[in-house]
Amino acid sequence: MFLLEVTSEQIFQQALNGVSKGAVYALIAVGYTMVYGVLQLINFAHGEVYMLGAYFAYYPAKWAGYIPDEGGEKPKVPLYFIGVCILFSMAACAAIGMLIERLAYRPLRNASRLAALITAIGVSLLLQNGSQIMFGSDPKYFPRFMDRESVQLGMFDVSNTQVTIMVVAAVAMIGLHLFVQKTKPGMAMRAVSFDMRTARLMGVNVDGTIALTFAIGSIMASIGGVLIAMDQPRLTPLMGLLMGLKAFVAAVLGGIGSIPGAALGGLILGIAESVVGTWSTTYADAVAFVILILVLLVKPSGLLGKTGREKV
Amino acid sequence: MRRSLATLLVALAICAGMNLFLAQFIEEYVVQVINMVGVSIILAVSLNVINGLTGQFSLGHAGFMAIGAYVSAFFTTDLSYFNPDTAEYVTDPALVSSVWGYLGALIAGGVAAAVAGVLVGIPTLRLKGDYLAIATLGFGEIVRILITNFEKVGGANGLSGVPQFQIVLSGEGKDALALDGTFFIFSFVIICVLLSAQLQRSTFGRALIAVRENELAAEVMGIPTVRMKIFAFVYGAFFAGIAGGLFAHLLQTVTPASFTFMKSVEVVVMLVLGGLGSMTGAIVGAIVLTVLPEALRDVEQEADLPGIRMVVYSLVLILLMIFRPQGIFGQRELSLRLLRRLVPGRRISGDETPKPSEDRKGTEL
Repeated sequence: MFLLEVTSEQIFQQALNGVSKGAVYALIAVGYTMVYGVLQLINFAHGEVYMLGAYFAYYPAKWAGYIPDEGGEKPKVPLYFIGVCILFSMAACAAIGMLIERLAYRPLRNASRLAALITAIGVSLLLQNGSQIMFGSDPKYFPRFMDRESVQLGMFDVSNTQVTIMVVAAVAMIGLHLFVQKTKPGMAMRAVSFDMRTARLMGVNVDGTIALTFAIGSIMASIGGVLIAMDQPRLTPLMGLLMGLKAFVAAVLGGIGSIPGAALGGLILGIAESVVGTWSTTYADAVAFVILILVLLVKPSGLLGKTGREKV
Repeated sequence: MRRSLATLLVALAICAGMNLFLAQFIEEYVVQVINMVGVSIILAVSLNVINGLTGQFSLGHAGFMAIGAYVSAFFTTDLSYFNPDTAEYVTDPALVSSVWGYLGALIAGGVAAAVAGVLVGIPTLRLKGDYLAIATLGFGEIVRILITNFEKVGGANGLSGVPQFQIVLSGEGKDALALDGTFFIFSFVIICVLLSAQLQRSTFGRALIAVRENELAAEVMGIPTVRMKIFAFVYGAFFAGIAGGLFAHLLQTVTPASFTFMKSVEVVVMLVLGGLGSMTGAIVGAIVLTVLPEALRDVEQEADLPGIRMVVYSLVLILLMIFRPQGIFGQRELSLRLLRRLVPGRRISGDETPKPSEDRKGTEL
């Protein structure tokens, strides 16, 4: 299988495809990294928020009558409508994110980290299976907003969807970076992740800040969900599981707690997966986990993470 | 030593009796669920040695189980696969076909899983807490993906036609009086439980607990903590491998889809329900969480809400963590003494059991 002849052009082309894939990983990874930064909790349910993001963008289109019945004529969806879908999805995911934090994680704020981790797994299971009941386990097909066109970029082909994904993701990431670095709530978030107790003593509204962290992480995940749905329109309630795990790997690779790290980790993972995918698509799924184990062994703090010292 | 050997023999005899009774009088579906309970008990008790006793949070038990299942089925099953060199389907006849061969195949599965335990344990056990959890999770997923790509054992379709073995006591054909899957499964349950109970009480087990309670202090007291952790990993992996082999021969088919990350989570939930660190808790957890989904299956059909049982399952998990994170038993063991204490109005004089650390909120990562 590995003896397949592959030209270097094909590899570069795949690497370019990997950038758009990696951009989505990055969007999801920031949610993991921000929550881990403030609560030291791996929010296993984050992959499910991404899945819900895609579904929440699907339903406005359905209500507006843009989803054809079985075998029906596909109506043309106006491009502006994607904005409606994204906004609805962002709002709904932000609400879900805050709800999860309020109901499941806040009561466990002072419990052991193990209890919190298991609760996170429980929430993830709940959302997965709840969605299976609510949305049905048969796949839903996201409407096409754009006709697929190829854009020539030098010697490589990029589809217009891929360009959209990269641009939207880049804008969202830069926006998030500015928010965290330049605004007051952003400063509060950094303060809470630096030292929760001191932040509280300094008058920071810790509970509000944590809720905000969940809301923003969920919004980023919902953008990721919509972007993926534009590229691969098949939605299933289980689509968040593997995606979430991989995005988490991206967060670890970049250094958990660091937002630029999540972006870098996402891109590296996306490119690595796509390049391996030139030879074998099934092995591509293993890439993330091999990277995970290597990173944990060689540099557990990740590429851009801070090294913490273990206190006795 | 002689006493535990006698216990073992008596227990095996009870297993044989139970096997014959179930086969004669109980409907097949119920027997199947009971057998699954046995497999779950081995999984939960062995994971308890890693996660509960030694405090190393592993989320990769399904990986070890998969290795055991595939290695043992590899020996006992006729393998049909596509040979890309000659471009035709070939069938390799099974390597073993006797009961002894089956036992050998199970042990081989366990040993293979244990070897994997060493290979994974040595590098990853330097990690702590949730980093260890995700590293072992990654290992489990890698095992599953490798198996999916391994055409000789059926790739994504898995292996079917895994045989079942039986020891014929008398008679022939369908009416034969024979010991089958139930006997094998529960024999291993007993071996696993007795060994683990001995381990927990031994100096060795105390050393494992010391690693859990405070690794640094344990190191200072002269406990080789790294070796202890690897031992726990190997022990847990071995029995997970055995459980995998039993599982494969019980269902007569193995697919990579049986060994996803969710399977590992399932076993962890069994431990957490019973109380992490309590072996009897692990057993109770395994029984409840294997029987409960089956019982809810009927409810599901009647209420016409497919999938509701998994929703209930996950809600129970979340509520348990919020309201009783230490599980049903905490770190205590269910014993006659504990039962006697629970009977009101009777106090045992000179009760020397140490006060259980009830207020501990589970094991700190």
